Amino acid sequence: MRAISNNRKALNTAIALTLGLFMSFPIIWILILSFKSELDAIGNPLQVLLSSWTLDSFSTVQGRSDYLKHFSNSVIISLGSTFLALLVAIPSAWAMAFVPGKQTKNILMWMLSTKMLPPVGVLIPIYLLFRDYGLLDTRVGLVIILTLINLPIIIWMLYTYFKEIPVDILEAARMDGAGLKQEILYVLTPMAIPGIASTLILNIILAWNEAFWTINLTASNAAPLTAFIASYSSPEGLFYAKLSAASIMAIAPILIMGWFSQKQLVRGLTFGAVK
Amino acid sequence: MMSPSVLLLLGWMLVPLTMTIYFSFLRYNLLNPGTESFTGWTNYYYFVTDPSFTDALVNTISIFGGVLFITTIGGIAFSLLLDQPMWKSGLIRMLVIAPFFVMPTVSALVWKNMFMNPVNGFFGQIASFLGLQPFDFFGQAPLLSVIWIISWQWLPFATLILLTALQSLDREQLEASEMDGANSFSRFIFIILPHLARPITVAILIQTIFLLSIFAEILVTTNGGPGTATTNLTYLIYVQSLLQFDVGAGSAGGVIAIILANIVAIFLMRMIGKNLE
Repeated sequence: MRAISNNRKALNTAIALTLGLFMSFPIIWILILSFKSELDAIGNPLQVLLSSWTLDSFSTVQGRSDYLKHFSNSVIISLGSTFLALLVAIPSAWAMAFVPGKQTKNILMWMLSTKMLPPVGVLIPIYLLFRDYGLLDTRVGLVIILTLINLPIIIWMLYTYFKEIPVDILEAARMDGAGLKQEILYVLTPMAIPGIASTLILNIILAWNEAFWTINLTASNAAPLTAFIASYSSPEGLFYAKLSAASIMAIAPILIMGWFSQKQLVRGLTFGAVK
Repeated sequence: MMSPSVLLLLGWMLVPLTMTIYFSFLRYNLLNPGTESFTGWTNYYYFVTDPSFTDALVNTISIFGGVLFITTIGGIAFSLLLDQPMWKSGLIRMLVIAPFFVMPTVSALVWKNMFMNPVNGFFGQIASFLGLQPFDFFGQAPLLSVIWIISWQWLPFATLILLTALQSLDREQLEASEMDGANSFSRFIFIILPHLARPITVAILIQTIFLLSIFAEILVTTNGGPGTATTNLTYLIYVQSLLQFDVGAGSAGGVIAIILANIVAIFLMRMIGKNLE
C-alpha cells in the first residue's frame, strides 16, 4: 500500500463533506425549521438561524391532525406487511437455496418479473376489488398489498443470503450426529439470522416510503405518513414550521434504519447483481 | 415449501392483470354503473389519440431520460470521490445517501414549498437578499423542477451502488497500471469504467422500473399541470380512472404501461439472470 499524506486526506474529507452537506441540506434545513415558530420560519435564512427555538410546531401538528394516528398506521402497515411477507418468504427461499430443482432458476426469475409490473396497470382492478370487499381505507388492505408487492424482493434477498451458507457445514453437523431438528435449530438458524435481519430492515424502509398504493387506497382512517404528508400539498404546506415538524418525524425512523443498512440496501435493491 | 409464495404471486399477477385486460375492452364508467358493454378496441383508440397521451409519453421519457442522465453522471463522480481515502467516511457517505431514505411526498413538498417557492422559499429568499429577481421554478420550468426533485432522491441510490462496486475493484491492478505510467485519466477509461459497466447498467435498469411509475412527486407538486406539462403516463392513467372514473380508457392505458415496462424488464431480467449461473 502506498502511504497517503494527511494533507491529501484532509482535502478529500473537506470536498466530500461539502458534497454531503449539499446533498442533505434540505433535510438539515427542515430539521432547523421544525424548531422555529411559524413567523420566524418564513424569514430570510439569516433571520431563521438567529431566531429563538421552540417545540410548538410538533405539538400543533399533533393537536390539529392526530399525527400519532398516522404514525402508528405507518408502523403497523410497514411492520405488518414485512412480517407477513417474511413468514411466506423464508420457507420458499430456504427451499430454493438448499434443495434447488430444475425449475428453481425459472421460478426465481418469474417472481422477479412480477415486480416489474407497473402498479398503475393494476390500479383499477385492485381499487374495485378493495371497494367491493370493504378494504378501502383499511390497514388490513394495505398490509395485503404491500406484502404482495415486496414479496419478490424479500424472497430474492433471502435467497442470496441463504445461498452463501456453506452446505459442507451441514454435512459436518450430520457426521457429528445432529438430527434434522438440531441442524435447523443450532446450525442453520444462527447463520441465517443476519440475512433475515437485513431483509427485514430493507423491507421496512421500502414499505414505509411506498407512496402509490398508500395514497390511492386510503382516505383518512388508515392513511400512513406518506398519504398524510400528501395532504399538506394544500395551502397548509405553506406553514413551513409545521410542514417541517411533520416531515422530520416522518423520515427520522427510516434515516436511522438507513444508517445500519447501507450495504444490505445495495444487495437487496439490485437483486444480488451488485454486492 | 415454495408453493405458498408461488400461489400468492400467481394470484397477484393473474387476477388484476386479467381484469385490467378485460376492462380495457369494455365501455365502463363508474358514474354509470350497470351500462357496461363490449366495445372492442375503442378504448385503446380513444386513449392513444388523446393529445394528452402524446404529452404524457414525452414527459415520461423526459423524466426518466433527465433523471438517468443526472444520476448516472453524478453517481460516477460522487462514487469516485467517496472512494478516496478520507476521515469520517461513514458519516460522509450517510450524508450523501440520506435523500434516498426520504419518502417521496416529503421530498416533493419540501422542495416545492420550502426551496422553490418564489416568495418565501429558500432560493427566493437568497435571490431577494442579493437583489435578484426570484425564479418561479414551478411556473417557469415545471418539468425540470420535477426532474430535479426526483434526481435528488435517486442520485444517492446510483452513488451507493457504484461505490459498492468500486470497493470491490482490484487495487493491485490499479497500482500496477500506475507504475506502468498510466495517468489517472487513462486509468479511469481503461480500468475503472469497464469495471463499472455492469453496475451502471443495473442501476439504470432498476431506476427505469421506478421512474416509469413516478406518481407521488407529481401528485403533490403540480397535479400534472400546468395543463399537461408534468403529466406522465402513470399520472394520466390515474386521472382517467380515479378522477374521471373512466375504467375502460384507464385500463387500456394500464395495458399500454405494462407493455412499455415489459420492454425494459426484459433487459433487466437478462442482466440479473446472468448472475444466477
